Amino acid sequence: MTLEERKNKVVEDFSLYDEWLDRYEYLIELGKALEPFPEEKKTEDRLIKGCQSRVWLDADVRDGRLWFTADSDAIITKGIISLLISVYSGLAPEEIADDDFAFIGEIGLRENLSPTRANGLVSMINTIKEISRLRSK
Amino acid sequence: MKPLQLREQFPILDTKVYGKPLVYLDNAATSQRPKSVTEAFVKSCNSANSNLHRAVHKLAVDATDAYENARRRVQEFLGAAHPEEIVFTSGATAAINLVAYSFGEAFVGEGDEIIVTEAEHHSNIVPWQLLCERKKAMLKVLEVDDNGEFQIGHLKELITHNTRLMAVTHISNVLGIENPVREIVEICHQSGVPVLVDGAQGAVHRRVNVRELDCDFYVFSGHKLFAASGTGVLYGKRLLLDAMPPFMGGGEMIETVKFSGSTWAKLPGKFEAGTQNINAVPTLVPALDLLEECLKDAELAENQESIKKYIYDFLENHPRITQYGRPAEHERKVPLFSFKVEGAHHEDLALILDKMGIALRSGQMCAEPLMDRLGVTGLLRASFAPYNTMAEAEYFTKCLDKAIEMLV
Repeated sequence: MTLEERKNKVVEDFSLYDEWLDRYEYLIELGKALEPFPEEKKTEDRLIKGCQSRVWLDADVRDGRLWFTADSDAIITKGIISLLISVYSGLAPEEIADDDFAFIGEIGLRENLSPTRANGLVSMINTIKEISRLRSK
Repeated sequence: MKPLQLREQFPILDTKVYGKPLVYLDNAATSQRPKSVTEAFVKSCNSANSNLHRAVHKLAVDATDAYENARRRVQEFLGAAHPEEIVFTSGATAAINLVAYSFGEAFVGEGDEIIVTEAEHHSNIVPWQLLCERKKAMLKVLEVDDNGEFQIGHLKELITHNTRLMAVTHISNVLGIENPVREIVEICHQSGVPVLVDGAQGAVHRRVNVRELDCDFYVFSGHKLFAASGTGVLYGKRLLLDAMPPFMGGGEMIETVKFSGSTWAKLPGKFEAGTQNINAVPTLVPALDLLEECLKDAELAENQESIKKYIYDFLENHPRITQYGRPAEHERKVPLFSFKVEGAHHEDLALILDKMGIALRSGQMCAEPLMDRLGVTGLLRASFAPYNTMAEAEYFTKCLDKAIEMLV
């Protein structure tokens, strides 16, 4: 799937849920389904600053593409980072670095989150962008 | 008075959030404002707005009267001996910083010691750390046990002939436990050590009399007890305040200004540099009137007591919940509860409860050292005010169970 197709799929998935409760349930499910993140990778340098809960993000380059793994001690946050990496994992770093991440607004995630959480979301996006920029040719 | 009657005075409590009635349980962060307070604020803006003290015109006289009237009201509220022992600041934090700087300049030097407890708010830790750095003094910590309580015996061991001040909270903003301040003051005074009491939560829940407590400084914030924000109070014994140098320089705090050297105004002006919070300070009068009414009203007290018992027992008996702040004597607990839920992050819970209309606090609550001591990264806190009802308490426990169910 291309980046556009991935984003459209997320927007479509979210459009099924009118109620905030269902959106949270969905994010919780995404969080729970996230692949286990090795304990030894939960290091200070992988921690995303600016979130109330702790969020770790790691990236590997394989065949010129970026593959993200992540974890958080809060499950809704974990669901959000899971959603982000499902959209961006496996793409060329240049493509991620150039993206505007605007689909976040379309799924009502930003408005549904508390101010501190919204900052956390911004920090997550900035970290993904920063990693991609550093790995870009 | 019934809580429902009291609620009529707080328009914001009728608010709906996400279509649900607001259940405001973040009172320890800030209380809501009654109509009498907003009316006093508006009245000050609309009919007595002028800068204070320094003009002879009618409006200036009225504004100054309202401001000084508030000072006398605070003096009465705290049982202070003299009105000039009351200094207005922007809040409890500013009041502690004032003392840390000014008392520190006068009385703290290299090798001296300041004592704080492990259960303090950052505002009653960091100003002392800054002072200690400045003066090469040492900050000593009175440790707490798993229940958040300290041993009074340990305090005696910590005091040395180098101890210059003890700073302690009246009621912890995390644990909701009233500390034995009278006893602490007595012990400290035996060694000639002055005591500052952080009353940010204490003044909300207890009748305070600074002369009975015999504390040397007592600070609180108006916004936590119904007044407008930006209204802080520093009470200090006159003898001490007189011996302390000014904290900030500027208008109103001077007697004469010459380039060869200036002299300072008498108390309390010496510590009130610059334009004061002209419109907000008068709101302390209706705020303290209402607070005192609440504190002596039997029906409201009974309601608070029932809520306290109900929530305490609910948290205590819940298989997934660990409650912090469990004093040996029930009467030392106020309706302020911090807890963690096994398997559910405090932030997730707060986020879900928010959507159910419930406002509460999650995180470290400005008490990171205490969080470290308790071995947690953060907690959830529900804090109740006299206007909270039993129905709200029951709705809260029901929603909490629902949120836990969603998360685990």
